[in-house]
Amino acid sequence: MPLKSIRQALNEALAQEMRRDPRIIVIGEDVAGGAGSQGQRDAYGGVLGVTKGLFGEFGESRVIDTPITESAIMGAAAGAAVTGLRPVAELMFSDFFGVCFDQIYNQAAKFRYMFGGKAKTPLVIRTMIGAGRSAAAQHSQSPYHIFTSIPGLKCVVPSNAYDAKGLLIQAIRDDDPVIFCEHKLMYDLRAEVPDEPYTIPFGEANIVRDGDDVTVVALSRMVHYADEAADALVKEGIECELIDPRTTSPLDEDTILESVERTGRLVVVDEATPRCSMAADIAALVADKAFASLKAPVKRVTAPHTPVPFAPSLEKLYIPSPERIAEAVREVYGYGR
Amino acid sequence: MSNGITAITMPKWGLTMTEGKVVGWLKRPGQRFAEGEEIIEIETTKITNVLEAPAGGTLRRIVAPAGSTLPVGALLAVVAPEEVAEGEIDTFVAGFAIPEPSAEAATDADTAKPRELEAAGLRLRYLELGEGGSVPVLLLHGFGADLNTWMFTQPALADERRVIALDLPGHGGSAKDVGSGNAERLTDAVEGAIGALGIDRVHLIGHSMGGAIAASLALRRPELAASLTLIASAGLGPEINAAFLDGFVRAARRREAVEVLSLLVHDPALVSRTMVEDVLRYKRLDGVAAALAKIADAWFAAGRQSLDLTAQIVTLERPVQIIWGREDRVIPVSNAEALADRLPVHILEQAGHLPHMEKAGEVNRLIKQFIEI
Repeated sequence: MPLKSIRQALNEALAQEMRRDPRIIVIGEDVAGGAGSQGQRDAYGGVLGVTKGLFGEFGESRVIDTPITESAIMGAAAGAAVTGLRPVAELMFSDFFGVCFDQIYNQAAKFRYMFGGKAKTPLVIRTMIGAGRSAAAQHSQSPYHIFTSIPGLKCVVPSNAYDAKGLLIQAIRDDDPVIFCEHKLMYDLRAEVPDEPYTIPFGEANIVRDGDDVTVVALSRMVHYADEAADALVKEGIECELIDPRTTSPLDEDTILESVERTGRLVVVDEATPRCSMAADIAALVADKAFASLKAPVKRVTAPHTPVPFAPSLEKLYIPSPERIAEAVREVYGYGR
Repeated sequence: MSNGITAITMPKWGLTMTEGKVVGWLKRPGQRFAEGEEIIEIETTKITNVLEAPAGGTLRRIVAPAGSTLPVGALLAVVAPEEVAEGEIDTFVAGFAIPEPSAEAATDADTAKPRELEAAGLRLRYLELGEGGSVPVLLLHGFGADLNTWMFTQPALADERRVIALDLPGHGGSAKDVGSGNAERLTDAVEGAIGALGIDRVHLIGHSMGGAIAASLALRRPELAASLTLIASAGLGPEINAAFLDGFVRAARRREAVEVLSLLVHDPALVSRTMVEDVLRYKRLDGVAAALAKIADAWFAAGRQSLDLTAQIVTLERPVQIIWGREDRVIPVSNAEALADRLPVHILEQAGHLPHMEKAGEVNRLIKQFIEI
């Protein structure tokens, strides 16, 4: 099976879905990439390169390049969605959600409810998350927990190219607004991806590796760090079960709970800040529903409660590392032994 | 090898296996065993299975304890006659090196990739192993499976002949357009594939629904069929486990898939995480749900098999053998027992609907003996 990067997987998902369904449009800043620069359109395929080729194939009525105005992008996309189109809007950096949040959380997320189920809002918002590029405090955050906390929104955090394609197609076919969070350091990460279109259901975690000693739940890029930590821990005789929820809303609670019921020990790894986070949410879930199975306190490995530092050395300390994850697993594994 | 010292090494099961984990030893140092006896249980990401002794001997030294994970080809244990001294075994272990893949083997690995052909207007995926003058073998998987079901069978038969495993329409890497999905349509595709492969005579081996297709083809084109091996085959009676079929068609999530796949095997531990993931990945592809529903409807409507070829098969003037697992929970073993006085029937104990995986060594031996006659 061909190896494809996350960037290629997302591009393929968009192109295949746009061929299948003429109602699907793409809207965002520079999605036709470099429009107007020396007259060449689609020079880049967006700053992320994900939409490359779409403008050429589908034209300007379906690939809409906008000015720098997130509120207009999201407003237009939400409106288009309730009136029958299926927009895939791009919020270049998730950090910018503040300027368009009314359109997302008080409009798109509420339409189905406010109109008594008579309206649906098939809207996908693709957005970039994550630290690690020295992009500083305003371009490096991972605010998926904020989207997750809003009823009416679904939230996807893929960790590999296979999941990225299947989850994006699922998001496009879903009749509710979906925030699709792409980690900016993972676009070139490759995996086996089928050429055919396929969907991965929301709320179905992926069990990345089996183990009976400690359950590790990790999201997005942290899945790879946790896997690296688990590789190191095998040599110490500690077997981690690594769970990638893939979607934070809906969340596959059963897979997490069943695993903790077996292992009795849990570490949650989350690149976001710790307060009111997915790490806090999953720890609370387990404390609430699997307390009797726990043999050790739940450990959370997260960023600190600070802005993301610009200095590369500090940013490196800020992001949870495989070493910190391994240390947390050892602590949880050794507790009470 | 000097003094009859031989190595037991990590086997390679299936194309993607690079390493395996020793689950446990079924023989102790000093114990004698015969060829074919189960020696060690090995877990890969795909499946857990037992390795059978390639030849008889005495287990002298276990090098890889339970729990260790080693690459394909690594030394697991040493077999030698009792009179060989411990020192010689030490020397053997110290001098053992994992054979570097030879240039020839590297080419083999390159060619051992699935390819595609056109048959009956469909693009079909197949995997071909082996070469040589003996009559080729065609392997046909069952409903919802793909050519990987033959991961233990195909390499074992490929010593002196071409062995081709085909993905049926709607399955694996083949086109998902199955037309009516009925036996005639699927047999057309297989017949076309044999033509495209330039084969004029072939040993047909089919599992479950693939068995019924193999039988249909042998009845349609007897001159093509050198022999017919039917493993837990459809088309030999009306009963089939409707819960399995419905569950398989419906399963979209891991939990559902685990439950339904467990019905396939005698020991549910055989159903690994990767096996489940492979099934889910296949089922998520656009078109698969529709293809499976169509095939299920054409073959197994209302929980009964619509095709019964028993009367024609018993009068087929070609060698036919039947292999079945005693504990089959998908198609009952009574289908095989009913034929025991008319055809060679082999019923394997402690095997479910996948005897070619669950009891791979025994099934491979039965097939080899049968096609070498």
